[in-house]
Amino acid sequence: MRPIVRDGLGVGVAVGALGLSFGALAVASGLSVLQACALSLLMFTGASQFAFVGLIGGGVAAAVATALLLGARNSLYGLRLAPYLRPRGLAAHFVIDESAAMAVRDTPDDTRLGFWSAGLAVFAFWNVATLIGALAGNAISDPNAFGLDAAAPAAFLALLAPRLTTREPQAIAGLAAVAALASAPFVPAGTPVLVAAVVAVAAALAPQREPVPA
Amino acid sequence: MWGAILVAAAGCYALKVAGLSVPQRVLDAPRVQRLALLLPVALLAALISVQSFGEGLDARAAGLAAAVIALLLRAPFLVIVASAAVTTALLRLVV
Repeated sequence: MRPIVRDGLGVGVAVGALGLSFGALAVASGLSVLQACALSLLMFTGASQFAFVGLIGGGVAAAVATALLLGARNSLYGLRLAPYLRPRGLAAHFVIDESAAMAVRDTPDDTRLGFWSAGLAVFAFWNVATLIGALAGNAISDPNAFGLDAAAPAAFLALLAPRLTTREPQAIAGLAAVAALASAPFVPAGTPVLVAAVVAVAAALAPQREPVPA
Repeated sequence: MWGAILVAAAGCYALKVAGLSVPQRVLDAPRVQRLALLLPVALLAALISVQSFGEGLDARAAGLAAAVIALLLRAPFLVIVASAAVTTALLRLVV
């Protein structure tokens, strides 16, 4: 098996574990099993889904708005992926954190392979896990007892690390992490992550002192 | 509930399509390329910090530390993720 495909499957399995906790959490938040599965099939962007079920109890508008705000980062992943992905209407559904991260490759072919293997693997594992998690629902009364809530940041860390080879992304990552954490008490749930997006935008628009290594 | 689910799902899909449909000349702008490289870095870093420390220092911070160690030891992806989950779960059992 090509290492890129193997990595994609690895990401799928890891995210699948998270899907268990999403399914269980969704049911605990008052969604039916069918509604939990619909979110994973149709929305298919984990952070938005977690935000949606986390906020739906407090009001529909906040839940939808936060899901969309979080989903906006997928637009920006699409910016970089656009030259490589066809057909757009189908590929778009699979543009998520994990597929975008796994598509950071040296050649167009590897970019496509990285994207599709991670996107399809995550889709398969995420949806099966959502169903199992939702069905287990009450049985896994506390997914956090299994440390599943710590699995997500670890997965994000593993996805982030390979990008931190030069000083600029390192600085941006540090700044974004601090900015998101510092703003968390003052802005609506879900939006601290978008504060980090502002940091990235500011850095991208700032005049460069020296050429950034590719 | 179904209305909210379908509206949010359609919106998230539209956002994905929009990103893929931006004209090529926009993509060629150096600033857009820089943004496309830096944005995932910023968002991933923010997700890590908020999800690990957003509710204060708890067992999740230890999980993240375990993940960092696994990462520095060049462990495979699954080991990195599992080390965080196991560390956090064990700490919750003990504390």
